[in-house]
Amino acid sequence: MVDKREMLKVKLCGVEMDNPVIPASGTFGYGREFAELYDINILGSFSFKGTTEQPRFGNPTPRIAECREGLINSVGLQNPGVEKVIEEELPAIEKIFKKPVMANVSGFSSEEYVRVSERLAAQEQVGWIELNISCPNVHEGGMAFGTDPKQAAGVVGAVRKALDAQKPYGGSKPLIVKLSPNVRDIGEIAFACEAAGAEGLTLINTLQGMRIDLKKKRPVIAEKIGGFSGPAILPVALRMVYQAYERVKIPLVGCGGVREAEDVLEMMLAGATAVQVGAANLVNPFACREIIEALPETAGKYGIKKLSEITGGAH
Amino acid sequence: MIRTELKIRSNTPIADSTYEMIFDAPAGLTGNFRPGQFINIRLEGFFLRRPISLCDWTDDTISIIYKTVGKGTEEMSRLEAGAAPEVLLPLGNGYCCDSEEIGERPLLAGGGAGVPPMYALCRELIAGGARPTVLLGFRTAGEVFYVNRFEEMEADLIVTTEDGSRGEKGFVTDVMGELDYSSVFACGPEGMLKAVDEAADRDCPGWFSFEERMGCGFGACMGCSCRTKYGDKRICREGPVLSRREIIW
Repeated sequence: MVDKREMLKVKLCGVEMDNPVIPASGTFGYGREFAELYDINILGSFSFKGTTEQPRFGNPTPRIAECREGLINSVGLQNPGVEKVIEEELPAIEKIFKKPVMANVSGFSSEEYVRVSERLAAQEQVGWIELNISCPNVHEGGMAFGTDPKQAAGVVGAVRKALDAQKPYGGSKPLIVKLSPNVRDIGEIAFACEAAGAEGLTLINTLQGMRIDLKKKRPVIAEKIGGFSGPAILPVALRMVYQAYERVKIPLVGCGGVREAEDVLEMMLAGATAVQVGAANLVNPFACREIIEALPETAGKYGIKKLSEITGGAH
Repeated sequence: MIRTELKIRSNTPIADSTYEMIFDAPAGLTGNFRPGQFINIRLEGFFLRRPISLCDWTDDTISIIYKTVGKGTEEMSRLEAGAAPEVLLPLGNGYCCDSEEIGERPLLAGGGAGVPPMYALCRELIAGGARPTVLLGFRTAGEVFYVNRFEEMEADLIVTTEDGSRGEKGFVTDVMGELDYSSVFACGPEGMLKAVDEAADRDCPGWFSFEERMGCGFGACMGCSCRTKYGDKRICREGPVLSRREIIW
């Protein structure tokens, strides 16, 4: 009999995790709403809401449009700003989640990414910095950094340097970069980020999408275009994880359309070390718990004895 | 908030493209419900749930009223007694019914799909000793519902229709000037809420329920955020009911 707890363990950029399941940034807030429903300490980790230097209200509403097997969002990085995250949200997280959290960082300039990353990396609870250079819902910054290999390398290199400078003070944290699927060649961007010092990659962020309101004959979303996610994008995410795995050596965090244990296994076989769950949390607040509970049996069904051994197994 | 399957007891048309759905309520579930709260219903074939206001409840029933405005609500209208969709409930903050500020003569204004939450609210306010005046606004007589149910309650009732085919002709705000009231509660399209706000005495306490396209309905996605004088709020979590004092029109 395989020990269920041992079978799920993975290691992401040197940080041990009880299992590979991580709620994706922007679909889990700061964990509070979910902690009211179940003990979120069963999660591998979670990636909290994307943080910018200044507080942001985000985009005008409507910000949400339903799609077949998914949704479009255009939240636009609403968050209270890095100082308030450190003063209020991280202490609140500490009460409900005892493991390292993933700090998702956004910005509008290379300097902002650096400053926010430095602040968050210095917090004890933070296990990884997840640099979001792929948000499709802001006009400057965001995705603009993640769609051009040179720009991506520039911002990743700058943050890398800043985090390295924290090392003597014990503050350095692994740098994971969250990539956009809205690119010509995902392998090229992945390679550029690795070369610039990324220690891991999350892929993919949302695909750009649109719905039209037939009554108003206008786009549903106030900003017209938003980010499409949900089960419909799983094949796109799998393809990109698979492609990135062939180009880089750093660990990958698979993200996009995951809603059940089988999807986690597919992501890992494609090349992921850990797996994020996004849109599924919004329609089923118990999605992550159900996936984690189903993983041992589902893995067993396919003859998998230890999850960490299957990463990249489909190549 | 809990997630549960709710068995449909009945699902019947009560006006033009308007349905009343009554569920069996599991024991103990409805005890902490508040008027203005909503439930989020999962429908086969649709990714997002459909948020619908609570209309009323008893110890063993929950009722909602919804309009068929799109494919999701059309699918809902085809659900039959015995079916048991999965729902999240109760969601949102709801109306506070025991504030001193409400006074003895609260005014309740419901417009169209905003009428249902006024029903439980009226019942609770009466139970608290108030004598509400209820204004129900509809577009036309064919869309009118629940008037007989409100008539059974100890409240003063005025029905308006935009085309005058039932009750007073015009909007609920057209009759507000003739009324005395100690507080104002409203639910309906944003244009109506704004008109009620403009028609009400400036210092009159009030609570308005807002609509917005939602992702999750329980505060995780930030899809339905709005600005208020007291900071950013989520319509699904800190709302849908906002105090008149905090609303930024």
